[in-house]
Amino acid sequence: MTRTNLSRRGLLSAAAGLGISIGFMGQAARADGGSGRRKMVTVIARGAMDGLSASPPVGDPDYAGLRGRIAIPADRALKLDGTFALHPALAGVHGLALKGQARIAPAIASPDRARSHFEAQDVLESGAAVVYGTSSGFLNRALEAMPAGEIEALSVGATAPLILRGKVQTGSWSPGGAGEGSPRLPGILGDLYADDPLLGPALAKGLQTEAMAAMAMKDSPSQGPAAMAGGGGVQGLVRQGQAAARGIGTTVAGFMRQQDGPQMVAISVDGWDTHANQGAAEGQLANRLLYLDALLMGLHDGLAADWKDTVVVVATEFGRTARINGTGGTDHGTGSTAFLLGGGLKPGGIIGDWPTLKASALFEGRDTRPTLDLRGLFKGVLVDHMGLDRKALDATVFPDSAGVAPVTGLV
Amino acid sequence: MPQTSNDLSAAIALTRFGLGARPGEMARVAADPRGWLLGQIRPGGADQPQGDPESAATRLQAFRAYQTERREMRRADGDAASDRDPVQIAARMLREGTAVDFLARARLAATTPAGFRERWALFWANHFTVSAVKLITATVAGPFEQEAIRPHVFGRFEDLLVASTAHPAMLLYLDQAQSVGPGSQAAAVLGRRRQAGRAGGGLNENLAREILELHTVGVDGGYSQADVTEFARALTGWSVGGLREAEDRQGQFVFRVATHEPGARTVMGRTYPAGEVRQAGAVLKDLAAHPATARHLARKIARHFVADDPPPALVSRLEAAWTATGGDLAAVARALVAAPEAWDPAPAKFKTPYEFLISSWRAIGGQPAAIEHLAPPLNALGQRPFSAPSPKGWDETAATWAAPDAVIKRMTWAQGFSAVVAGELDPDVVARDALGARLTDPVRTAVARAESREEALSILLMSPEFQRR
Repeated sequence: MTRTNLSRRGLLSAAAGLGISIGFMGQAARADGGSGRRKMVTVIARGAMDGLSASPPVGDPDYAGLRGRIAIPADRALKLDGTFALHPALAGVHGLALKGQARIAPAIASPDRARSHFEAQDVLESGAAVVYGTSSGFLNRALEAMPAGEIEALSVGATAPLILRGKVQTGSWSPGGAGEGSPRLPGILGDLYADDPLLGPALAKGLQTEAMAAMAMKDSPSQGPAAMAGGGGVQGLVRQGQAAARGIGTTVAGFMRQQDGPQMVAISVDGWDTHANQGAAEGQLANRLLYLDALLMGLHDGLAADWKDTVVVVATEFGRTARINGTGGTDHGTGSTAFLLGGGLKPGGIIGDWPTLKASALFEGRDTRPTLDLRGLFKGVLVDHMGLDRKALDATVFPDSAGVAPVTGLV
Repeated sequence: MPQTSNDLSAAIALTRFGLGARPGEMARVAADPRGWLLGQIRPGGADQPQGDPESAATRLQAFRAYQTERREMRRADGDAASDRDPVQIAARMLREGTAVDFLARARLAATTPAGFRERWALFWANHFTVSAVKLITATVAGPFEQEAIRPHVFGRFEDLLVASTAHPAMLLYLDQAQSVGPGSQAAAVLGRRRQAGRAGGGLNENLAREILELHTVGVDGGYSQADVTEFARALTGWSVGGLREAEDRQGQFVFRVATHEPGARTVMGRTYPAGEVRQAGAVLKDLAAHPATARHLARKIARHFVADDPPPALVSRLEAAWTATGGDLAAVARALVAAPEAWDPAPAKFKTPYEFLISSWRAIGGQPAAIEHLAPPLNALGQRPFSAPSPKGWDETAATWAAPDAVIKRMTWAQGFSAVVAGELDPDVVARDALGARLTDPVRTAVARAESREEALSILLMSPEFQRR
């Protein structure tokens, strides 16, 4: 037991150090084999991930010139097709792509064009067409719109991300949580919170999901010494970070595989705002991508047989300038890359059209021009994979979005 | 407007405007709650944390020296690292400096008899966030608050804005220090270096954007991408003196004429003639005086003090005081105290983790003795010391902080805290002293019926009225 507790604490502090936080929600899995078995994971790369580095269009004739010393060298990039490759740090995702289980949407954006992190994240997570369009998250409203069933929801992390907020209460888990100190206290507080619309449901949900979380930790592969692997210096820290990110992925998968496990999960990964010294095949951004790859591979391995029923979407609030800036980085841009992963994807090339990086094609002369609306990608996954109704998607999940068609045929 | 007795007003003054009541304060403040608040507004600004704080310039010099040594050691010994390595020791000392700053600030908050003044300072420190997420800014987040924020919080907003923008910590945090005008003398030299395959500088628009979006007019303030770029050009040259420069420039604000973009600039419809350091100064002055800034800040102050979705009448009052006085923050603070909407008996604000911890120490008449009592619970509750997740600062809304996870963690912390401090305390007295007229019958009864002092104190700290203000 002691060992489990130690590794739980280690996991959470490792997650905090990496800037990774996790939220879960979903319906309890149903035995009928319908959409209740299907799972969806949304990874939000906060801070604006540079799509032109994550999935570099090394075959685009303008790429190397625009990017200068932060261009990913063609001989280091992991080739996808004649134009696109993946960053060398994304070796695991590349392996999946070769099996048809990972695809990229290289010119995608939310409907927001203000280049403000906070506004764009709000638009991405709320699913609205404009900022402050709604105060709840689209994943929460997607759950509301799903075929009836008992809703199970869970969040991990000290703060609640907007994408999960809304009518469906999210549960919680924390290391060394309830059960220490006075065993009467939760009951006394439960009574005092009876008429408290904020604290009442929060406490109830928190207590209810403690046991479930403990189960998930027990079932997930060992986090022990592996998370501490590595060595000295910066490279050692990066290796430790990769091991920890992988551990988070397998733990999340452990939650999801339980009988009453969550069907929808949201994970935030911070640290993408690379205004200065972002690096190329190695460096600051490469390290973030190594963690992302490790997290995704942890999910893949941990889900095991359930991987075939799972779709993972990796999205960011906007992309970065096509040109390198004056400080070896990139400033706030528009179009970026989204990743789609899953054991049940249909084969295909890039999702959406590539506008190219020709000077005349750049959005406002500086950014990758978006050719696809992120809402369309999410809608496609929610219709084809999660069985949502198109009408609900157009009206409530993504308000006033009838003009944005789902990208179909992905799953 | 709701009629409130002096007792209720005292409870609101101490918990909503201030940082919580210490033993005995409730009775003292009840004599004149509004007068108690108004008396804390003073031209000299906020209090400074106790101790002998190092300046930002000293910290930056030490940090640069550490970086140089580390580079040299790496060159000599490869990537090896050990606990006895002098460079590792230096890194630890730099981190400890940050811990000392944070502890001193928390002890001030836990003990000050002027809680409103301290909350007002914390509001502005969060508005002009410098986060310790970068190693170099971790060393100066504390000095930044002491040098750029605290002296100016009851002065003119324009002075606060300029002090924050020109402070080395802000210039480093938002990448301004290394921004180079593309048409500057330095760019020509750097261009040649670039052609020779070496790193070269150029424009960075990060600070310019955040000043517009976060510090002044706000995201709906009516600026465009072109305004951001023009303002970034005007700001080129605002930088921080390095180790190879004269002693009196090291770690200080410097204006580098060689990296400043020459020529006139147009920002939000106004043209600014070439004017070196004064050019961006003139832009800041106009942004401070912009009506959108008054609106943005009035709403933000109301949201911090009164409700996540504040009454429009309150926002209008604050905006009017701001506009009438040209952004005199003392006048705005007085308008807040005078506003009837700010005295609504129902507590609408859910405490942030820092507020919850500080008010708990105040309730028992104590203060944190070591950083180990502060940093672990704040990390667990999602509010790592000096480390707001973005330049936007810490979020202020209940939806962010009242997640189930957080409520469980607050309960766990309250139990641990109570187990250590409950000792000889009389929980009934603590409850009355901490909440005064805001203490409800069910909580009073639950505290009185508890099986132990520890349980009673935990109930009080986790009660709906103590979790709010």
